[in-house]
Amino acid sequence: MSLSPDQIERLARLARIAVSPAESEELRMQLNRVLELVDQLQSIDTAGIEPMSHALEALLPSGQRLRPDVVSEPDRRAEFQGVAPAVDAGLYLVPKVIE
Amino acid sequence: MLNATLAELASALAAKRISGVELTKLFLARIAALNGTLNAFITVDEERSLADARAADALRARGEGGALTGIPIAHKDIYCTRGIRTTCGSRMLANFVSPYDAHVIERFAAARAVLLGKTNMDEFAMGSSNETSYFAPVRNPWDLQRVPGGSSGGSAAAVAARMTPAATGTDTGGSIRQPAALAGISGLKPTYGAVSRYGMVAFASSLDQGGPLAKSAADLALLMNAMAGHDTRDSTSVERPAEDYTRSLGHSLAGLRIGLPREYFAAGVEPDVLARVRETVAWFESQGARPVEIGLRNTRLAVPVYYVLALAEASSNLSRFDGVRYGHRTSDPYDLLDLYRRTRAEGFGAEVKRRILLGTYVLSHGYYDAYYLQAQKVRRLIAQDFAQAYRECDVIMGPTAPGTAFPIGAKSADPVQMYLGDIFTVPASLAGLPALSVPCGFDSRGLPVGLQITGNHFAEATLLGVAHRYQQAHDWHLRVPKETPL
Repeated sequence: MSLSPDQIERLARLARIAVSPAESEELRMQLNRVLELVDQLQSIDTAGIEPMSHALEALLPSGQRLRPDVVSEPDRRAEFQGVAPAVDAGLYLVPKVIE
Repeated sequence: MLNATLAELASALAAKRISGVELTKLFLARIAALNGTLNAFITVDEERSLADARAADALRARGEGGALTGIPIAHKDIYCTRGIRTTCGSRMLANFVSPYDAHVIERFAAARAVLLGKTNMDEFAMGSSNETSYFAPVRNPWDLQRVPGGSSGGSAAAVAARMTPAATGTDTGGSIRQPAALAGISGLKPTYGAVSRYGMVAFASSLDQGGPLAKSAADLALLMNAMAGHDTRDSTSVERPAEDYTRSLGHSLAGLRIGLPREYFAAGVEPDVLARVRETVAWFESQGARPVEIGLRNTRLAVPVYYVLALAEASSNLSRFDGVRYGHRTSDPYDLLDLYRRTRAEGFGAEVKRRILLGTYVLSHGYYDAYYLQAQKVRRLIAQDFAQAYRECDVIMGPTAPGTAFPIGAKSADPVQMYLGDIFTVPASLAGLPALSVPCGFDSRGLPVGLQITGNHFAEATLLGVAHRYQQAHDWHLRVPKETPL
């Protein structure tokens, strides 16, 4: 499979990354090179093989470990907001979303 | 002192032949002298390091402390450190100061080790050469025109140049082992789940694993004793009793079954690398180990599988960098979408953008089954190959990387050339297995060659014991790079 210029534009939109027309063509060629590499996987027969999502699933058959649903963290909002680009009165500021 | 092992440093500190403050000043001076050339450190905070050292000295004066008390350790700049910026090699986090410490940082603090600084790395750990860092490439102390490997290239170069006795790194597809090989030092990627990922900036969460880089296997074992262990804050941290990673350091090699995968001794590997690895295997045989030819028949698929899965996970993980809660934010956005798009276009470098976009593609509607699901299925085939192999052997040996350190810029134009260099390191990552790299000689240019030893799940102590035996009989790991003499 090979990406078209329209698809590059669509991926950039989905990923929320601005891509200038000047960057777009080189990016397209590089991504297509990587796709050629990964396209080898298409010819492999995986009928009956279960997908493997976790490196230790064989050792941890019970899967995800869950913690009790109780409050475990103290309120550190001021500290966390201290590293934010723009806050006011405990709120994160962004450009106006609703007119 | 600069070339001493961690055990030697600990006994010098215990015997009061040197103080933690003196030791820390020695390494800070070495960093000041060499960092302008090597660029191995992004951030050094001398006051913080010396405060840690004074606290360690006070503890030792009371007769307390452990194996690492007062010993300087450098940390890859992917581990969050309260009070010192954590950049992850990116413009996105160039001024980010974490409100908390990573689990690994807490563990070294509890051991009263000295935080020596934060090391350079490929941006968001995405690279195999350290060239993608926003803070400029790291240079290899064996040849300043060459890369030190990546993504933990700063940590590897810093240990190689004796700017720090040891360092932490992270390994998603080889990011500890490959730079260790290219810089002539030792490095261990533990079993997935052995070291907590809490506070470690995420790249590909089903593969990311923290681990140590140091001169010797014995040093790696001491570092693992501090780093590893269960942490409830990482849901993939494995609940197991604490173990002593030094426990197999004296073990004999007699009867050890060494698996030699046909696919790892094949065309595409530099002849000098193959020769050094074969000589090393022959030495193990002379010590009573038994080589067994094995097959890991899906090896050629490991790189494609890895890049599909790692990129998919990266595109999801890096969606958190939005210019709202922390990190870089563009100026004067006209709406929210513009804020996101320009923040991410400015904050991420070219390789990170490529990976996010491809990761977005393989997860997108209509392509998910063909790429992501298919890669997860082939991942199982690769893991099954290892499970089969460990019925016939105890450890697997081969080259860590198909070649030695390459010139800066040599592979930057073609991402695929760079990716293919990960062929021998990504399989263990996909299967979650522990693997280490130790230096096993030099090529004809005088560049270090790395031997990779892979074990079954949680076989770190065995790997370290095997590597330690080799290092007791060889001194490759104690050689100092010619560009950075002591």
